[in-house]
Amino acid sequence: MREQLLRIIEKNSRIDLKELAVILGVDEIDVVNEMAAMEAEGIICGYHTLIDWEKTSIEKVSALIEVRVTPQRGQGFDHIAERIYKYPEVHAVYLISGGFDLLITLEGKSLKEVSAFVSDKLAPLDSIMSTATHFILKKYKDHGTVLSRKSEDQREKVSP
Amino acid sequence: MRNPLSDKIVEIKPSGIRKFFDIVSEMKDAISLGVGEPDFDTPWHIRDEGIYSLEKGRTFYTSNAGLKELKEEICNYLKRRFDLEYDCNKEVIVTVGGSEAIDIALRAMINPGEEVIIPQPSYVSYEPCAILADAVPVIINLKAENEFRLTAQELEEAITDKTKVLILPFPNNPTGAIMEREDLEAIAEVIIKHDIFVISDEIYAELTYKDKHVSIAQLPGMKERTVLINGFSKAYAMTGWRLGYCCAPALITEQMLKIHQFAIMCAPTTSQYAAVEAMKNGDDDVEMMREQYNQRRRYLMHAFEEMGLPCFEPYGAFYVFPCIKEFGMTSDEFATRFLEEEKVAVVPGTAFGDCGEGFLRISYAYSLENLKVAIGRLAEFVGKLKEEQKKSC
Repeated sequence: MREQLLRIIEKNSRIDLKELAVILGVDEIDVVNEMAAMEAEGIICGYHTLIDWEKTSIEKVSALIEVRVTPQRGQGFDHIAERIYKYPEVHAVYLISGGFDLLITLEGKSLKEVSAFVSDKLAPLDSIMSTATHFILKKYKDHGTVLSRKSEDQREKVSP
Repeated sequence: MRNPLSDKIVEIKPSGIRKFFDIVSEMKDAISLGVGEPDFDTPWHIRDEGIYSLEKGRTFYTSNAGLKELKEEICNYLKRRFDLEYDCNKEVIVTVGGSEAIDIALRAMINPGEEVIIPQPSYVSYEPCAILADAVPVIINLKAENEFRLTAQELEEAITDKTKVLILPFPNNPTGAIMEREDLEAIAEVIIKHDIFVISDEIYAELTYKDKHVSIAQLPGMKERTVLINGFSKAYAMTGWRLGYCCAPALITEQMLKIHQFAIMCAPTTSQYAAVEAMKNGDDDVEMMREQYNQRRRYLMHAFEEMGLPCFEPYGAFYVFPCIKEFGMTSDEFATRFLEEEKVAVVPGTAFGDCGEGFLRISYAYSLENLKVAIGRLAEFVGKLKEEQKKSC
């Protein structure tokens, strides 16, 4: 049940628990317990909303920042990652394979604000060797959802 | 001028669905639960393979029976899923949908006047195809109390010394009924005893929600008297690609291939390349779609229970077949009023045979969100009808 439950709420965390029980063919109380257990175990970490900010009047700028760091003895990348993720403007921090070490996603009000963050806060950190900032120009798809288009049912309305 | 038409074709009734389709297409804001095809797009990796084949200029005919690679994959699939072994060189034809396979199987097997047994409610094309093949259709009216399964007794009673072929349409459109191994074993005995053949339309084989589908060809002594029909439309959401296949003993396949060769030439090449990809790497897609259909199926069964609409629990395809006899209307009247008053289209059970009277086919090839809106309206409509009944009492 866990796997199915997660697959459903990953797409729709607002689904009614009673309805969830119906479509999974289990009792509602089991769904409630399972959700609580997964929250406690840290499997379910949050319930967020996917927003296309482009369609609002609120100005936002997102950027991806590649960071090369010198890992610290005994702590690897964890210590520096923690230093970075504590900034509230940092959305995500990933340790990745390839030509650089950390990938950071960042959100700010303006280009200026993001640039200031990189030059004033991020780049000066001790173990950071270099950064490369990529501003996001357009989001086509996010969290598995295509943002721009609403697809219409193209099928014939009645068919055998 | 002389009458340019064949009496045989003129006498065939047009599909009962057609009439309903015309009304619905006039109505702009109607929502529909009347569709007989998946709501999913063909998975992208399959479409991509079709596009790639076009880019590579694979725009020619394939051999009549189909691409060798595809026939091999079909045989691998049948072995893997159902433990069925077919010779990909002599026992497989890739067809234009399962529909073509139904047609050519009947034409290859029937002599004028021989009888074809067709259990109903079932897909709309069996009876006309049988008539076009000069067969005499013999209808078995399946019963709701048997969950619309075919019983050995019903079959036994329909068989005469002219019976040649039984059409076995399970998992079933429109009822959602399945035949489990024991059900099949019981009828296989009758089939062998009377030395008749089976055209088993298993186009919904991947869409079962209880145990894995069992093909009648898997039973001892049945493979040699079965034409197995399957295809890509339902399992991989590939209806528009028009691609199916049939597997049968070489003796039958050889003759079917002649009709296919002269009438069709070969199935669409682009579709065949895409289908190779579907068979090789499509298992996860099928699993994902099956799970979603199953969730919707559970949702509908629950909703019917809440609104007090009787419906047996179907374990196959993507249809439910609730009973509306209590409202004292025909299926047609119910569906028409429901469409006019609530703007939701469903298909009257009678479109699939006279014994579909008193039932509706509701498709769950719709997203849960869409189903909720439509089923909400159904609940309202059912409530209204129950009120009306109370008042008139």
